[in-house]
Amino acid sequence: MKEVVTGNHVVSHAARVGRAQVVSAYPITPQTQVVEKISEFVADGVMDAKFIKVESEHSAMVACIGASAAGVRAFTATSAQGLALMHEVLHWAANARLPVVLANINRAMGPPWTIWTDQIDSLSQRDTGWIQFYAESNQDIFDSILIAFKVAEQVDLPAMVVLEAFFLSHTAEPVDFPDQEDIDRFLPPRPARNTVDPENPAAFGGLTGPDHYYELKYMEHNAMLEAKETIAAATQEYGDMTGRYYKMADPYRCDDAETVLVVSGGVASTAKDAVDEAREAGWKLGSLKIWAFRPFPREEVRALLLGRKRVVVVDRNISFGQEGIFCSELKASLYSQPEAPPVLGFIAGLGGRDIKGRDLLAMAKAGEDPDCPEFNWYGVKP
Amino acid sequence: MTEKVEIRGARDMPPMAKSLGRMSWNKTGSWRNVTPVIDYDKCTSCMLCWKFCPDLAVTCADPPEIILEYCKGCGVCAEECPVDAIVMREGL
Amino acid sequence: MAEVPKKLTIPAEEHICSGHLACQGCGAVLAMRYALKALGPNTVYTVPACCWSVIDGPFPYTTLGVPLFHIAFEAAAASAAGLAAGLEMVGKEDVNVVAWAGDGGTADIGIQALSGAAERNDNIMYICYDNEAYMNTGVQRSSSTPWGAWTTTTPARHFKKRPKKNLVDIMVAHQIPYVATAAIAFPEDVLKKVNKAKQIKGTKYLQIFASCPPGWRMAPEYAVKSVRMAVNARVWPLLEVDNGVYTITRKPRKPLPVADYLRLQGRFSHLTEEQVEEIQQMVDHNWERLLFLEKSTHEMAGIPLEEKKKTKEPDK
Repeated sequence: MKEVVTGNHVVSHAARVGRAQVVSAYPITPQTQVVEKISEFVADGVMDAKFIKVESEHSAMVACIGASAAGVRAFTATSAQGLALMHEVLHWAANARLPVVLANINRAMGPPWTIWTDQIDSLSQRDTGWIQFYAESNQDIFDSILIAFKVAEQVDLPAMVVLEAFFLSHTAEPVDFPDQEDIDRFLPPRPARNTVDPENPAAFGGLTGPDHYYELKYMEHNAMLEAKETIAAATQEYGDMTGRYYKMADPYRCDDAETVLVVSGGVASTAKDAVDEAREAGWKLGSLKIWAFRPFPREEVRALLLGRKRVVVVDRNISFGQEGIFCSELKASLYSQPEAPPVLGFIAGLGGRDIKGRDLLAMAKAGEDPDCPEFNWYGVKP
Repeated sequence: MTEKVEIRGARDMPPMAKSLGRMSWNKTGSWRNVTPVIDYDKCTSCMLCWKFCPDLAVTCADPPEIILEYCKGCGVCAEECPVDAIVMREGL
Repeated sequence: MAEVPKKLTIPAEEHICSGHLACQGCGAVLAMRYALKALGPNTVYTVPACCWSVIDGPFPYTTLGVPLFHIAFEAAAASAAGLAAGLEMVGKEDVNVVAWAGDGGTADIGIQALSGAAERNDNIMYICYDNEAYMNTGVQRSSSTPWGAWTTTTPARHFKKRPKKNLVDIMVAHQIPYVATAAIAFPEDVLKKVNKAKQIKGTKYLQIFASCPPGWRMAPEYAVKSVRMAVNARVWPLLEVDNGVYTITRKPRKPLPVADYLRLQGRFSHLTEEQVEEIQQMVDHNWERLLFLEKSTHEMAGIPLEEKKKTKEPDK
């Protein structure tokens, strides 16, 4: 069944049909519609869940951790300052190996106050041990959340689905909702692992010294690597159900591309149009969407990018004093590989500045100049 | 369970640091530098020593006994004993 | 062969074991021991950073006979709210969900989450064991440290010049069904209050006065005596507030001079006679205030105030 729904409401619907049992959230623009809709669902009885309306994002994540520790499927949504406030306990959720799922509406960090999009809020959470998916469209949001629940619960790690403020959150698009029966088959009730149970008393997360802490991190990293296989299996199953097959790194018209634009989020959709336009003009341009940022699709990007003439990475984020974060990640994956292409980084669209097709083409064109610097600010007004 | 748990490596560990045993393997009697001694001629088995022991190192029995393998020697029992039947002795 | 003692005033069954890592004469352990005797095995604890994060023992061990979920410092109440909601969704709403925190985790860093949970009236029991400073990190002042006390961040020559934060009244202001104070020197009273709280749906707040011999600069054998003196000197009044109605549950007929309580502890040894007198006046004033609250809240609720049997003189 197809409906025209805004990105935010897609998040709410995904939590409902994904049968989240405890939702705990705190309002923040541009996420507010997510929690408003979930409140309605719970009040109307169309969603069998407890909604804990907490006094902060920190408590929202903590309540999700508590609920998840009790064995239920827990969900929250936030944005920017809210995600940053959660930071401490994002680590807690991952280290406690609890499969909480969170939707983050990408919003730039203040000051100055801003409500428009960029990815610094979510990318700053890179090392918390959360799986991260970056959605390209409203359909992507919906599908990614259901896949996130499934993967998170299989590897016992939390997962974050990321979508851009306004470009996706407040934009209505047609979205296909699978039948509830099919969703329930894809997403059975959560297997209760790592949960507290008075009949099997134990302490969880007690003081751990150097003799054992190190091995716990080794196990956490292995779980993240295992998630790659779990994602592959889950996306295959989801594709067979819906016809929509997701890939951690998803190429578009890359077969004979000499230049590949690497993009994420909604920009990936714009990039497809730009590539089509380039192709009509005989320009051998392709694009590559990074859908899964953690675990990072290292092998996939190698397979897709080694041997190309160049790679142009568009980053709606920056690691101050270094470069765009996707750019660094790509370079790390390609480094010392045979036929590794030059990687040219472009910062663009911070704080919600629009990234149009012509901007992407201009960056790709600039990247083809043999004198193009390794790092570039696109369109900055100096 | 009063034994220590053997953990060779990751293969023996629950992924979220879930406990596998109780602290009772830890014989805290070695912390002690003074030792309570009960004078059973005075003891009335009022059980205050048992009631106020933070280390559960007094048996809940008539008459009560000090469990020396856990007693840390805090002296609360001697201080609380209403008939002064417990004295703290050094070097036991 | 020893026999089972004839009369015990608290249940024999224990839910914690020996071998834990608490210091000698730890009041926080007695608080836990008594609370669990009332709560029983169908209980889940969530514990933020506090002495009990260490006392329970290192991985892979535990001291408690019930589940203990460790959580971040400011997060006790919210994690309990989440656990309670989760347990309810899996059909285990009969489990006692207890947030167990120190005074720093309650009055300082955790007060926001606690206020949130209380305002929502989440079905949790929040127990603060109050030893009046950050003892686990080495005796730094908290907002629950009393006026006059030495701590490592309030040196004797610059002791704490602000009164102890009144968490009880803050919690009463949230209009939750049950607020109470207790003290480790009165185990039967701890059990009575925890047992009562256990029967009530909604947020229950208990604050248990628990000595810390190293932090109070006091010999460990005074762990219980000092707390008894705090109650009998009216420094730590034992209270119950049922739906806003205050009841003082222990009224010493002839209160001990506050100086006797202070004298036992090195943390007050720098105080002059005038300063001790100042504390005595604060304590007297607070007692008068509580008597007034007890009388007026009973009258407003139309509940006759029972004349409590006056307690005997303290024996020590």
